[in-house]
Amino acid sequence: MKICVCVKPVPDTAVSIKLSGVAGFEDSEMKLVPNPYDEYGLEEAVSLVEKQGGEVVAVTVGKASAEATLRGVLAMGAARAILVKTDAQFLDSELTAKALKAVMEQDGLPDMIFTGKGSVDTESFQTQYRLAKSLGLPIVNEVSKLTLDNGKAVAERETGGGEKQVIEMGLPCVIGATKGLNEPRYPKFPDIMKAKKKEIRQMDLSIFGIDPSKGRVRVEKLEIVPERSGAKMLSGSVDEQVTELVRVLKEDEKVL
Amino acid sequence: MAGTGILIEIENNMVKEASLGVMTAAKGQEKYALVLGQEASSVKEKLGEYGAAHILHITAPGNLSANPDLQALAVADAVKEYQLDTLLGTASAMGKDMFARIAAILEEPLVSDCVAVNIKDRTVKKSHFSGKTFATLKINCSCLLCTLRPNSTEPEPSPTACDIIEFEARVADPGLIKIVETRKAGGARLDLTEAPIVITGGRAIKSAENYKMLEACAQKIGAAVGASRAAVDAGYAPHSMQVGQTGKTVSPKLYIACGVSGAVQHFAGMKTSKVIVAINEDKDAPIFSKCDYGIIGDIFKIIPALTEKL
Ligand SMILES: Cc1cc2nc3c(=O)[nH]c(=O)nc-3n(C[C@H](O)[C@H](O)[C@H](O)COP(=O)(O)OP(=O)(O)OC[C@H]3O[C@@H](n4cnc5c(N)ncnc54)[C@H](O)[C@@H]3O)c2cc1C
Repeated sequence: MKICVCVKPVPDTAVSIKLSGVAGFEDSEMKLVPNPYDEYGLEEAVSLVEKQGGEVVAVTVGKASAEATLRGVLAMGAARAILVKTDAQFLDSELTAKALKAVMEQDGLPDMIFTGKGSVDTESFQTQYRLAKSLGLPIVNEVSKLTLDNGKAVAERETGGGEKQVIEMGLPCVIGATKGLNEPRYPKFPDIMKAKKKEIRQMDLSIFGIDPSKGRVRVEKLEIVPERSGAKMLSGSVDEQVTELVRVLKEDEKVL
Repeated sequence: MAGTGILIEIENNMVKEASLGVMTAAKGQEKYALVLGQEASSVKEKLGEYGAAHILHITAPGNLSANPDLQALAVADAVKEYQLDTLLGTASAMGKDMFARIAAILEEPLVSDCVAVNIKDRTVKKSHFSGKTFATLKINCSCLLCTLRPNSTEPEPSPTACDIIEFEARVADPGLIKIVETRKAGGARLDLTEAPIVITGGRAIKSAENYKMLEACAQKIGAAVGASRAAVDAGYAPHSMQVGQTGKTVSPKLYIACGVSGAVQHFAGMKTSKVIVAINEDKDAPIFSKCDYGIIGDIFKIIPALTEKL
Protein backbone atom coordinates (compact mmCIF):
# COMPACT_ATOMS: atom_id res chain seq x y z
CA MET A 1 0.00 0.00 0.00
CA LYS A 2 1.35 3.40 -0.98
CA ILE A 3 0.32 6.31 1.22
CA CYS A 4 1.02 9.97 0.52
CA VAL A 5 1.06 12.34 3.47
CA CYS A 6 0.81 16.05 2.71
CA VAL A 7 2.94 18.03 5.13
CA LYS A 8 2.95 21.80 5.37
CA PRO A 9 5.93 23.46 7.05
CA VAL A 10 4.62 26.14 9.43
CA PRO A 11 6.04 28.43 12.12
CA ASP A 12 6.07 26.79 15.55
CA THR A 13 2.99 27.99 17.41
CA ALA A 14 5.10 28.90 20.43
CA VAL A 15 7.16 31.36 18.36
CA SER A 16 6.06 34.96 17.93
CA ILE A 17 5.47 36.37 14.45
CA LYS A 18 7.37 39.43 13.22
CA LEU A 19 6.02 41.31 10.24
CA SER A 20 8.01 42.00 7.12
CA GLY A 21 6.54 44.60 4.77
CA VAL A 22 2.77 45.11 4.75
CA ALA A 23 1.71 41.60 3.84
CA GLY A 24 4.48 39.25 4.91
CA PHE A 25 6.31 37.91 7.94
CA GLU A 26 9.98 37.42 8.77
CA ASP A 27 10.85 33.80 8.04
CA SER A 28 14.49 33.80 6.96
CA GLU A 29 15.74 32.76 10.42
CA MET A 30 12.64 30.86 11.39
CA LYS A 31 12.69 27.12 12.00
CA LEU A 32 9.60 25.66 10.39
CA VAL A 33 7.91 22.61 11.92
CA PRO A 34 5.45 20.18 10.33
CA ASN A 35 1.90 21.44 10.77
CA PRO A 36 0.81 19.67 14.00
CA TYR A 37 -2.33 18.15 12.42
CA ASP A 38 -0.29 16.72 9.56
CA GLU A 39 1.69 14.79 12.18
CA TYR A 40 -1.45 12.87 13.14
CA GLY A 41 -1.87 11.95 9.47
CA LEU A 42 1.78 10.95 9.22
CA GLU A 43 1.63 8.78 12.33
CA GLU A 44 -1.50 7.02 11.06
CA ALA A 45 0.12 6.37 7.68
CA VAL A 46 3.34 5.07 9.21
CA SER A 47 1.56 2.72 11.59
CA LEU A 48 -0.69 1.41 8.78
CA VAL A 49 2.36 0.61 6.67
CA GLU A 50 4.11 -0.99 9.65
CA LYS A 51 1.13 -3.34 9.96
CA GLN A 52 0.28 -3.97 6.31
CA GLY A 53 3.45 -3.20 4.41
CA GLY A 54 3.95 -0.56 1.76
CA GLU A 55 5.49 2.87 1.59
CA VAL A 56 4.82 6.30 3.08
CA VAL A 57 5.78 9.26 0.90
CA ALA A 58 5.71 12.76 2.41
CA VAL A 59 4.76 15.49 -0.05
CA THR A 60 5.41 19.17 0.62
CA VAL A 61 4.83 22.35 -1.31
CA GLY A 62 6.99 25.02 0.29
CA LYS A 63 10.16 27.03 0.44
CA ALA A 64 13.57 25.42 -0.10
CA SER A 65 14.14 25.68 3.66
CA ALA A 66 11.41 23.05 4.13
CA GLU A 67 14.08 20.43 3.50
CA ALA A 68 15.03 20.63 7.19
CA THR A 69 11.40 20.13 8.19
CA LEU A 70 11.17 17.09 5.92
CA ARG A 71 14.21 15.47 7.60
CA GLY A 72 12.14 15.43 10.77
CA VAL A 73 9.22 13.91 8.88
CA LEU A 74 11.49 11.19 7.50
CA ALA A 75 12.71 10.48 11.04
CA MET A 76 9.07 9.90 12.03
CA GLY A 77 8.89 7.06 9.55
CA ALA A 78 8.21 8.28 6.01
CA ALA A 79 10.31 6.31 3.49
CA ARG A 80 11.04 9.27 1.25
CA ALA A 81 9.88 12.80 0.57
CA ILE A 82 9.10 15.09 -2.32
CA LEU A 83 9.52 18.85 -2.05
CA VAL A 84 7.87 21.10 -4.60
CA LYS A 85 9.68 24.39 -4.19
CA THR A 86 8.21 27.88 -4.34
CA ASP A 87 9.35 31.20 -2.91
CA ALA A 88 5.79 32.30 -2.24
CA GLN A 89 5.12 32.86 1.44
CA PHE A 90 1.37 32.37 1.08
CA LEU A 91 0.52 30.01 -1.76
CA ASP A 92 -3.21 30.02 -2.52
CA SER A 93 -4.98 26.75 -1.54
CA GLU A 94 -6.23 26.17 -5.09
CA LEU A 95 -2.67 26.27 -6.42
CA THR A 96 -1.32 24.13 -3.59
CA ALA A 97 -3.93 21.46 -4.34
CA LYS A 98 -3.06 21.63 -8.02
CA ALA A 99 0.63 21.11 -7.26
CA LEU A 100 -0.09 18.21 -4.91
CA LYS A 101 -2.23 16.53 -7.55
CA ALA A 102 0.41 17.01 -10.24
CA VAL A 103 3.22 15.63 -8.13
CA MET A 104 1.20 12.61 -7.00
CA GLU A 105 0.27 11.83 -10.59
CA GLN A 106 3.91 12.07 -11.56
CA ASP A 107 5.08 9.86 -8.69
CA GLY A 108 2.26 7.34 -9.08
CA LEU A 109 -1.14 7.73 -7.45
CA PRO A 110 -1.32 6.44 -3.85
CA ASP A 111 -3.88 4.11 -2.24
CA MET A 112 -4.51 6.65 0.48
CA ILE A 113 -3.76 10.32 1.14
CA PHE A 114 -3.47 11.88 4.58
CA THR A 115 -3.46 15.58 5.39
CA GLY A 116 -4.10 17.52 8.59
CA LYS A 117 -7.60 18.90 9.22
CA GLY A 118 -6.18 22.35 8.49
CA SER A 119 -2.94 24.25 8.89
CA VAL A 120 -2.14 26.42 11.88
CA ASP A 121 -0.66 29.25 9.78
CA THR A 122 -3.36 30.28 7.30
CA GLU A 123 -6.15 28.20 8.85
CA SER A 124 -7.95 27.84 5.55
CA PHE A 125 -9.29 24.25 5.85
CA GLN A 126 -9.72 23.38 2.18
CA THR A 127 -6.63 22.16 0.31
CA GLN A 128 -7.45 18.51 1.04
CA TYR A 129 -10.99 18.95 -0.32
CA ARG A 130 -9.73 20.49 -3.55
CA LEU A 131 -7.13 17.74 -3.92
CA ALA A 132 -9.78 15.04 -3.37
CA LYS A 133 -12.20 16.65 -5.81
CA SER A 134 -9.59 16.99 -8.55
CA LEU A 135 -8.64 13.32 -8.17
CA GLY A 136 -12.28 12.23 -7.90
CA LEU A 137 -11.68 10.72 -4.45
CA PRO A 138 -13.81 10.65 -1.31
CA ILE A 139 -12.74 12.97 1.51
CA VAL A 140 -13.55 13.08 5.20
CA ASN A 141 -11.98 15.80 7.32
CA GLU A 142 -11.37 16.17 11.07
CA VAL A 143 -11.05 12.42 11.48
CA SER A 144 -10.32 11.27 15.03
CA LYS A 145 -10.71 7.52 14.46
CA LEU A 146 -10.06 5.38 11.42
CA THR A 147 -10.40 1.69 10.60
CA LEU A 148 -9.65 -0.08 7.35
CA ASP A 149 -11.66 -3.13 6.52
CA ASN A 150 -11.90 -5.05 3.25
CA GLY A 151 -10.87 -2.18 0.99
CA LYS A 152 -13.12 0.22 2.85
CA ALA A 153 -12.26 3.00 5.26
CA VAL A 154 -14.52 3.90 8.16
CA ALA A 155 -13.83 7.31 9.64
CA GLU A 156 -15.24 9.00 12.70
CA ARG A 157 -15.51 12.79 12.84
CA GLU A 158 -16.92 15.19 15.38
CA THR A 159 -19.54 17.58 14.08
CA GLY A 160 -20.00 19.96 16.98
CA GLY A 161 -21.65 19.76 20.36
CA GLY A 162 -19.94 16.41 20.92
CA GLU A 163 -21.97 14.77 18.10
CA LYS A 164 -20.10 12.24 15.99
CA GLN A 165 -20.55 10.99 12.45
CA VAL A 166 -19.28 7.63 11.25
CA ILE A 167 -18.57 7.77 7.52
CA GLU A 168 -17.75 4.94 5.18
CA MET A 169 -15.85 5.23 1.91
CA GLY A 170 -13.88 3.16 -0.57
CA LEU A 171 -10.13 3.39 -1.24
CA PRO A 172 -8.30 5.39 -2.41
CA CYS A 173 -9.50 8.22 -0.20
CA VAL A 174 -8.34 11.44 1.43
CA ILE A 175 -8.35 11.70 5.23
CA GLY A 176 -7.89 14.99 7.12
CA ALA A 177 -6.47 14.01 10.50
CA THR A 178 -7.02 15.62 13.85
CA LYS A 179 -6.15 15.07 17.48
CA GLY A 180 -7.45 11.82 18.91
CA LEU A 181 -6.49 9.75 15.88
CA ASN A 182 -3.20 8.67 17.51
CA GLU A 183 -0.20 9.97 19.44
CA PRO A 184 2.55 11.02 16.99
CA ARG A 185 5.85 9.37 17.93
CA TYR A 186 9.04 11.13 18.93
CA PRO A 187 11.81 9.94 16.63
CA LYS A 188 14.66 8.13 18.39
CA PHE A 189 18.31 8.77 17.66
CA PRO A 190 18.71 5.86 15.15
CA ASP A 191 15.61 7.08 13.28
CA ILE A 192 17.14 10.53 13.00
CA MET A 193 20.40 9.05 11.68
CA LYS A 194 18.55 6.88 9.17
CA ALA A 195 16.50 9.87 7.99
CA LYS A 196 19.68 11.65 6.91
CA LYS A 197 20.18 9.07 4.18
CA LYS A 198 16.59 9.02 2.93
CA GLU A 199 15.72 10.62 -0.39
CA ILE A 200 14.15 14.08 -0.69
CA ARG A 201 13.32 14.63 -4.34
CA GLN A 202 13.11 18.32 -5.16
CA MET A 203 11.57 20.19 -8.04
CA ASP A 204 10.30 23.66 -8.83
CA LEU A 205 6.62 24.53 -8.75
CA SER A 206 7.05 26.07 -12.19
CA ILE A 207 7.58 22.66 -13.85
CA PHE A 208 3.86 22.03 -13.32
CA GLY A 209 3.02 25.31 -15.01
CA ILE A 210 1.77 26.82 -11.77
CA ASP A 211 2.41 30.53 -11.22
CA PRO A 212 2.04 31.66 -7.57
CA SER A 213 1.13 35.18 -8.66
CA LYS A 214 -2.03 33.79 -10.29
CA GLY A 215 -3.52 32.91 -6.92
CA ARG A 216 -7.04 34.25 -6.46
CA VAL A 217 -6.68 34.92 -2.72
CA ARG A 218 -4.15 37.65 -2.05
CA VAL A 219 -2.87 38.74 1.36
CA GLU A 220 -3.19 42.53 1.29
CA LYS A 221 -2.23 43.23 4.84
CA LEU A 222 -0.93 41.34 7.84
CA GLU A 223 -1.19 42.91 11.28
CA ILE A 224 -0.21 41.76 14.74
CA VAL A 225 -3.16 41.23 17.08
CA PRO A 226 -2.19 43.25 20.15
CA GLU A 227 -1.95 41.28 23.39
CA ARG A 228 -4.31 42.43 26.07
CA SER A 229 -2.60 44.32 28.83
CA GLY A 230 -3.43 46.00 32.08
CA ALA A 231 -5.96 43.47 33.33
CA LYS A 232 -8.18 44.83 36.06
CA MET A 233 -7.55 42.71 39.14
CA LEU A 234 -10.53 42.38 41.45
CA SER A 235 -9.64 42.48 45.11
CA GLY A 236 -11.26 41.95 48.47
CA SER A 237 -13.01 38.94 49.98
CA VAL A 238 -14.44 36.17 47.79
CA ASP A 239 -17.84 37.78 48.12
CA GLU A 240 -16.54 41.22 47.17
CA GLN A 241 -14.61 39.84 44.22
CA VAL A 242 -17.54 37.99 42.67
CA THR A 243 -19.98 40.84 43.35
CA GLU A 244 -17.67 43.25 41.56
CA LEU A 245 -17.15 40.74 38.69
CA VAL A 246 -20.88 40.34 38.11
CA ARG A 247 -21.31 44.11 38.22
CA VAL A 248 -18.59 44.89 35.63
CA LEU A 249 -19.76 42.11 33.31
CA LYS A 250 -23.34 43.39 33.49
CA GLU A 251 -22.88 47.13 33.62
CA ASP A 252 -19.53 47.97 32.02
CA GLU A 253 -19.08 45.16 29.50
CA LYS A 254 -22.76 44.29 29.00
CA VAL A 255 -21.94 40.64 28.32
CA LEU A 256 -24.24 39.11 30.93
CA MET B 1 -27.66 43.41 -8.35
CA ALA B 2 -26.80 39.79 -7.78
CA GLY B 3 -27.98 38.23 -4.56
CA THR B 4 -26.09 37.11 -1.48
CA GLY B 5 -26.77 33.58 -0.29
CA ILE B 6 -26.57 32.63 3.36
CA LEU B 7 -26.43 28.94 4.19
CA ILE B 8 -28.68 28.62 7.23
CA GLU B 9 -28.05 26.11 10.01
CA ILE B 10 -31.13 24.86 11.80
CA GLU B 11 -31.33 22.86 15.01
CA ASN B 12 -34.55 21.61 16.60
CA ASN B 13 -36.55 23.67 14.07
CA MET B 14 -34.80 26.86 15.17
CA VAL B 15 -32.38 28.99 13.19
CA LYS B 16 -29.04 28.93 14.96
CA GLU B 17 -27.94 32.21 16.53
CA ALA B 18 -24.70 32.11 14.52
CA SER B 19 -26.67 32.03 11.24
CA LEU B 20 -28.53 35.17 12.31
CA GLY B 21 -25.14 36.81 12.89
CA VAL B 22 -24.15 35.91 9.33
CA MET B 23 -27.43 37.44 8.04
CA THR B 24 -26.48 40.64 9.86
CA ALA B 25 -22.95 40.58 8.37
CA ALA B 26 -24.60 40.67 4.92
CA LYS B 27 -26.43 43.92 5.70
CA GLY B 28 -27.49 45.94 2.67
CA GLN B 29 -27.50 42.96 0.27
CA GLU B 30 -30.48 41.22 -1.27
CA LYS B 31 -30.41 38.12 0.86
CA TYR B 32 -31.32 34.57 -0.07
CA ALA B 33 -31.50 32.33 2.99
CA LEU B 34 -30.61 28.83 1.83
CA VAL B 35 -32.44 26.14 3.77
CA LEU B 36 -31.49 22.56 3.00
CA GLY B 37 -33.88 19.65 3.15
CA GLN B 38 -36.16 20.18 6.09
CA GLU B 39 -39.27 22.32 6.24
CA ALA B 40 -38.79 26.00 5.47
CA SER B 41 -42.08 27.43 6.71
CA SER B 42 -41.22 27.04 10.39
CA VAL B 43 -38.20 29.33 10.06
CA LYS B 44 -39.74 31.87 7.67
CA GLU B 45 -40.72 34.37 10.31
CA LYS B 46 -37.31 34.40 11.96
CA LEU B 47 -35.40 34.70 8.68
CA GLY B 48 -37.66 37.54 7.50
CA GLU B 49 -37.09 39.33 10.78
CA TYR B 50 -33.33 39.22 10.12
CA GLY B 51 -33.57 40.51 6.58
CA ALA B 52 -34.03 37.55 4.22
CA ALA B 53 -35.84 38.70 1.06
CA HIS B 54 -36.11 35.09 -0.06
CA ILE B 55 -35.88 31.69 1.48
CA LEU B 56 -34.42 29.29 -1.01
CA HIS B 57 -35.75 25.94 0.09
CA ILE B 58 -33.46 23.36 -1.50
CA THR B 59 -34.50 19.76 -1.96
CA ALA B 60 -33.05 17.00 -4.10
CA PRO B 61 -33.86 13.50 -5.16
CA GLY B 62 -32.39 11.17 -2.56
CA ASN B 63 -31.64 11.66 1.10
CA LEU B 64 -29.86 15.01 1.42
CA SER B 65 -29.06 14.71 5.10
CA ALA B 66 -27.13 11.46 4.76
CA ASN B 67 -24.55 12.80 2.38
CA PRO B 68 -22.39 15.95 2.59
CA ASP B 69 -21.35 15.60 -1.08
CA LEU B 70 -24.98 15.59 -2.20
CA GLN B 71 -25.73 18.60 0.00
CA ALA B 72 -22.77 20.52 -1.41
CA LEU B 73 -23.80 19.70 -4.98
CA ALA B 74 -27.34 20.88 -4.27
CA VAL B 75 -26.14 24.18 -2.81
CA ALA B 76 -23.71 24.69 -5.71
CA ASP B 77 -26.57 24.08 -8.14
CA ALA B 78 -28.70 26.71 -6.36
CA VAL B 79 -25.83 29.23 -6.42
CA LYS B 80 -25.60 28.82 -10.18
CA GLU B 81 -29.34 28.80 -10.81
CA TYR B 82 -29.93 32.03 -8.88
CA GLN B 83 -26.59 33.57 -9.94
CA LEU B 84 -25.60 34.38 -6.38
CA ASP B 85 -22.35 36.32 -6.32
CA THR B 86 -21.71 35.69 -2.62
CA LEU B 87 -22.35 32.73 -0.35
CA LEU B 88 -21.80 33.11 3.37
CA GLY B 89 -22.09 30.61 6.20
CA THR B 90 -21.00 29.77 9.71
CA ALA B 91 -17.53 28.47 10.48
CA SER B 92 -19.01 25.57 12.45
CA ALA B 93 -17.83 21.98 11.96
CA MET B 94 -20.67 21.48 9.47
CA GLY B 95 -20.20 24.86 7.78
CA LYS B 96 -16.46 24.49 7.26
CA ASP B 97 -16.89 21.01 5.78
CA MET B 98 -19.78 22.04 3.54
CA PHE B 99 -18.11 25.19 2.20
CA ALA B 100 -14.88 23.37 1.36
CA ARG B 101 -16.92 20.86 -0.67
CA ILE B 102 -18.91 23.63 -2.37
CA ALA B 103 -15.73 25.58 -3.21
CA ALA B 104 -14.16 22.51 -4.80
CA ILE B 105 -17.31 21.93 -6.89
CA LEU B 106 -17.68 25.56 -8.00
CA GLU B 107 -13.90 25.95 -8.41
CA GLU B 108 -14.08 29.24 -6.59
CA PRO B 109 -11.80 30.59 -3.85
CA LEU B 110 -12.93 30.14 -0.24
CA VAL B 111 -11.98 31.85 2.97
CA SER B 112 -12.80 30.02 6.14
CA ASP B 113 -13.42 31.37 9.63
CA CYS B 114 -13.43 35.11 8.86
CA VAL B 115 -14.08 37.74 11.53
CA ALA B 116 -15.28 40.35 9.01
CA VAL B 117 -16.34 40.46 5.38
CA ASN B 118 -16.76 43.35 2.96
CA ILE B 119 -19.00 41.94 0.24
CA LYS B 120 -18.68 44.91 -2.10
CA ASP B 121 -14.88 45.16 -1.99
CA ARG B 122 -14.37 41.36 -1.95
CA THR B 123 -12.12 41.62 1.09
CA VAL B 124 -12.22 39.64 4.32
CA LYS B 125 -10.37 39.71 7.59
CA LYS B 126 -9.31 36.53 9.35
CA SER B 127 -6.89 35.10 11.83
CA HIS B 128 -3.53 33.76 10.67
CA PHE B 129 -1.00 32.00 12.91
CA SER B 130 -3.44 30.87 15.62
CA GLY B 131 -4.75 34.31 16.47
CA LYS B 132 -1.36 36.04 16.55
CA THR B 133 -2.09 38.09 13.44
CA PHE B 134 -5.04 39.26 11.40
CA ALA B 135 -4.78 39.05 7.62
CA THR B 136 -6.80 41.15 5.21
CA LEU B 137 -7.38 39.12 2.06
CA LYS B 138 -8.55 40.29 -1.35
CA ILE B 139 -10.50 37.66 -3.27
CA ASN B 140 -10.65 37.54 -7.04
CA CYS B 141 -13.74 35.45 -7.80
CA SER B 142 -17.13 35.25 -9.46
CA CYS B 143 -18.75 34.01 -6.28
CA LEU B 144 -17.31 34.99 -2.90
CA LEU B 145 -17.40 31.95 -0.59
CA CYS B 146 -16.80 32.71 3.03
CA THR B 147 -17.56 31.26 6.45
CA LEU B 148 -17.73 33.58 9.44
CA ARG B 149 -16.55 32.85 12.96
CA PRO B 150 -19.55 32.45 15.28
CA ASN B 151 -20.17 35.52 17.49
CA SER B 152 -18.08 37.73 15.16
CA THR B 153 -21.20 39.72 14.23
CA GLU B 154 -23.91 40.37 16.79
CA PRO B 155 -27.33 39.50 15.25
CA GLU B 156 -29.51 42.57 14.67
CA PRO B 157 -33.08 42.35 13.36
CA SER B 158 -33.90 44.16 10.10
CA PRO B 159 -37.38 42.95 9.12
CA THR B 160 -38.09 42.36 5.43
CA ALA B 161 -40.96 40.86 3.45
CA CYS B 162 -39.88 37.32 2.77
CA ASP B 163 -41.02 34.72 0.26
CA ILE B 164 -40.23 31.03 -0.05
CA ILE B 165 -38.77 29.76 -3.32
CA GLU B 166 -38.87 25.99 -3.81
CA PHE B 167 -35.84 24.69 -5.63
CA GLU B 168 -35.26 21.07 -6.53
CA ALA B 169 -31.59 20.66 -7.29
CA ARG B 170 -30.59 18.59 -10.31
CA VAL B 171 -27.99 16.46 -8.63
CA ALA B 172 -27.08 12.84 -8.15
CA ASP B 173 -25.08 11.26 -5.36
CA PRO B 174 -21.53 10.70 -6.62
CA GLY B 175 -21.50 7.69 -4.30
CA LEU B 176 -18.15 8.42 -2.70
CA ILE B 177 -19.01 8.64 0.97
CA LYS B 178 -21.86 7.52 3.14
CA ILE B 179 -22.77 8.52 6.69
CA VAL B 180 -23.48 5.21 8.37
CA GLU B 181 -24.09 6.46 11.87
CA THR B 182 -24.63 9.68 13.78
CA ARG B 183 -23.96 9.58 17.49
CA LYS B 184 -25.51 12.33 19.57
CA ALA B 185 -23.71 13.51 22.66
CA GLY B 186 -25.46 12.82 25.95
CA GLY B 187 -28.03 15.56 26.60
CA ALA B 188 -28.55 18.75 24.64
CA ARG B 189 -25.08 20.21 24.96
CA LEU B 190 -24.50 23.72 23.72
CA ASP B 191 -21.92 23.76 20.94
CA LEU B 192 -18.70 25.24 22.28
CA THR B 193 -17.77 27.12 19.13
CA GLU B 194 -21.14 28.83 18.91
CA ALA B 195 -21.83 29.55 22.58
CA PRO B 196 -22.05 33.23 23.55
CA ILE B 197 -20.28 32.49 26.84
CA VAL B 198 -17.64 29.83 27.55
CA ILE B 199 -16.41 28.70 30.97
CA THR B 200 -13.24 26.65 30.82
CA GLY B 201 -11.70 24.46 33.48
CA GLY B 202 -7.96 23.79 33.36
CA ARG B 203 -5.78 21.24 35.06
CA ALA B 204 -6.75 22.82 38.38
CA ILE B 205 -10.20 21.22 38.12
CA LYS B 206 -8.56 17.96 39.28
CA SER B 207 -11.32 15.51 38.23
CA ALA B 208 -14.10 14.87 35.72
CA GLU B 209 -16.56 15.06 38.59
CA ASN B 210 -15.57 18.64 39.39
CA TYR B 211 -16.73 19.88 35.98
CA LYS B 212 -20.23 19.70 37.49
CA MET B 213 -19.30 22.82 39.44
CA LEU B 214 -18.62 24.66 36.15
CA GLU B 215 -21.72 23.20 34.52
CA ALA B 216 -23.91 24.52 37.33
CA CYS B 217 -22.46 27.97 36.75
CA ALA B 218 -22.74 27.64 32.95
CA GLN B 219 -26.36 26.63 33.12
CA LYS B 220 -27.32 29.86 34.85
CA ILE B 221 -25.93 32.07 32.09
CA GLY B 222 -26.37 29.93 28.95
CA ALA B 223 -22.69 29.11 28.69
CA ALA B 224 -20.85 26.11 27.29
CA VAL B 225 -18.11 24.41 29.27
CA GLY B 226 -14.61 23.96 27.84
CA ALA B 227 -11.36 22.40 28.97
CA SER B 228 -7.64 22.99 28.56
CA ARG B 229 -5.45 20.36 26.96
CA ALA B 230 -3.88 19.54 30.30
CA ALA B 231 -7.35 18.71 31.62
CA VAL B 232 -8.19 16.63 28.54
CA ASP B 233 -4.88 14.77 28.67
CA ALA B 234 -5.45 14.02 32.34
CA GLY B 235 -8.77 12.42 31.37
CA TYR B 236 -10.98 14.97 33.16
CA ALA B 237 -12.80 15.97 29.94
CA PRO B 238 -13.31 14.61 26.40
CA HIS B 239 -11.34 16.09 23.52
CA SER B 240 -14.54 17.56 22.11
CA MET B 241 -14.36 20.06 24.98
CA GLN B 242 -10.78 21.16 24.37
CA VAL B 243 -10.17 24.80 23.55
CA GLY B 244 -6.94 25.79 21.84
CA GLN B 245 -4.65 25.17 18.98
CA THR B 246 -5.32 21.42 18.89
CA GLY B 247 -8.92 21.80 20.00
CA LYS B 248 -11.73 24.19 19.21
CA THR B 249 -11.46 27.84 18.34
CA VAL B 250 -14.02 29.85 20.23
CA SER B 251 -14.80 33.54 20.13
CA PRO B 252 -17.56 34.18 22.67
CA LYS B 253 -18.47 37.56 24.09
CA LEU B 254 -17.36 36.29 27.50
CA TYR B 255 -14.65 33.72 28.27
CA ILE B 256 -14.05 32.67 31.86
CA ALA B 257 -10.85 30.67 32.39
CA CYS B 258 -10.76 28.77 35.67
CA GLY B 259 -7.42 27.37 36.76
CA VAL B 260 -5.85 27.79 33.33
CA SER B 261 -2.27 29.05 33.21
CA GLY B 262 -2.58 30.85 29.84
CA ALA B 263 -0.29 28.97 27.43
CA VAL B 264 0.00 30.38 23.87
CA GLN B 265 -1.58 27.21 22.51
CA HIS B 266 -4.59 27.73 24.73
CA PHE B 267 -4.86 31.37 23.70
CA ALA B 268 -4.75 30.29 20.06
CA GLY B 269 -8.27 28.98 20.58
CA MET B 270 -9.87 31.85 22.49
CA LYS B 271 -7.86 34.99 21.87
CA THR B 272 -10.56 36.79 19.89
CA SER B 273 -13.10 36.48 22.71
CA LYS B 274 -14.56 39.88 23.56
CA VAL B 275 -14.01 39.81 27.32
CA ILE B 276 -11.63 37.38 29.04
CA VAL B 277 -11.85 36.71 32.78
CA ALA B 278 -9.21 34.64 34.55
CA ILE B 279 -9.47 32.98 37.93
CA ASN B 280 -6.20 31.54 39.21
CA GLU B 281 -4.63 31.09 42.63
CA ASP B 282 -1.16 31.99 41.40
CA LYS B 283 -0.76 35.77 41.20
CA ASP B 284 2.12 35.28 38.72
CA ALA B 285 0.15 33.03 36.31
CA PRO B 286 0.84 34.23 32.74
CA ILE B 287 -2.88 34.45 32.02
CA PHE B 288 -3.16 37.56 34.22
CA SER B 289 -1.04 39.52 31.76
CA LYS B 290 -3.36 38.59 28.86
CA CYS B 291 -6.88 38.92 30.26
CA ASP B 292 -9.33 41.76 30.92
CA TYR B 293 -10.36 40.91 34.49
CA GLY B 294 -8.50 38.76 36.96
CA ILE B 295 -9.35 37.21 40.30
CA ILE B 296 -6.54 35.72 42.38
CA GLY B 297 -8.12 32.88 44.30
CA ASP B 298 -9.16 29.25 44.59
CA ILE B 299 -11.63 28.23 41.88
CA PHE B 300 -13.35 25.88 44.34
CA LYS B 301 -14.30 28.92 46.43
CA ILE B 302 -14.79 31.53 43.67
CA ILE B 303 -16.96 29.52 41.26
CA PRO B 304 -19.64 28.43 43.76
CA ALA B 305 -19.82 32.00 45.05
CA LEU B 306 -20.11 33.32 41.51
CA THR B 307 -22.82 30.79 40.61
CA GLU B 308 -24.75 31.96 43.63
CA LYS B 309 -24.60 35.61 42.48
CA LEU B 310 -25.64 35.02 38.87
C1 LIG C 1 1.61 21.49 19.82
C2 LIG C 1 0.88 21.84 21.09
C3 LIG C 1 -0.50 22.02 21.02
C4 LIG C 1 -1.22 22.36 22.17
N1 LIG C 1 -2.57 22.56 22.06
C5 LIG C 1 -3.25 22.98 23.16
C6 LIG C 1 -4.66 23.24 23.09
O1 LIG C 1 -5.31 23.06 22.06
N2 LIG C 1 -5.28 23.68 24.20
C7 LIG C 1 -4.64 23.87 25.40
O2 LIG C 1 -5.28 24.29 26.37
N3 LIG C 1 -3.33 23.61 25.49
C8 LIG C 1 -2.62 23.15 24.41
N4 LIG C 1 -1.30 22.86 24.55
C9 LIG C 1 -0.73 22.77 25.91
C10 LIG C 1 -0.37 24.09 26.52
O3 LIG C 1 0.95 24.41 26.18
C11 LIG C 1 -0.47 23.99 28.08
O4 LIG C 1 0.33 22.94 28.51
C12 LIG C 1 -1.88 23.80 28.59
O5 LIG C 1 -2.75 24.74 28.02
C13 LIG C 1 -1.90 23.92 30.09
O6 LIG C 1 -3.18 23.67 30.58
P1 LIG C 1 -3.64 24.32 31.97
O7 LIG C 1 -3.52 25.79 31.88
O8 LIG C 1 -4.97 23.77 32.30
O9 LIG C 1 -2.63 23.66 33.00
P2 LIG C 1 -1.43 24.30 33.79
O10 LIG C 1 -0.50 25.00 32.92
O11 LIG C 1 -0.92 23.24 34.68
O12 LIG C 1 -2.12 25.41 34.67
C14 LIG C 1 -2.97 25.15 35.73
C15 LIG C 1 -3.21 26.49 36.42
O13 LIG C 1 -4.19 26.32 37.42
C16 LIG C 1 -3.81 27.08 38.56
N5 LIG C 1 -4.47 26.42 39.72
C17 LIG C 1 -4.21 25.20 40.27
N6 LIG C 1 -5.10 24.94 41.25
C18 LIG C 1 -5.93 26.00 41.34
C19 LIG C 1 -7.07 26.32 42.12
N7 LIG C 1 -7.55 25.47 43.06
N8 LIG C 1 -7.67 27.50 41.95
C20 LIG C 1 -7.22 28.38 41.01
N9 LIG C 1 -6.16 28.12 40.21
C21 LIG C 1 -5.53 26.95 40.37
C22 LIG C 1 -2.32 27.04 38.58
O14 LIG C 1 -1.82 28.18 39.25
C23 LIG C 1 -1.97 27.04 37.10
O15 LIG C 1 -1.77 28.36 36.62
C24 LIG C 1 -0.55 22.51 23.41
C25 LIG C 1 0.82 22.33 23.48
C26 LIG C 1 1.54 22.01 22.33
C27 LIG C 1 3.03 21.85 22.44
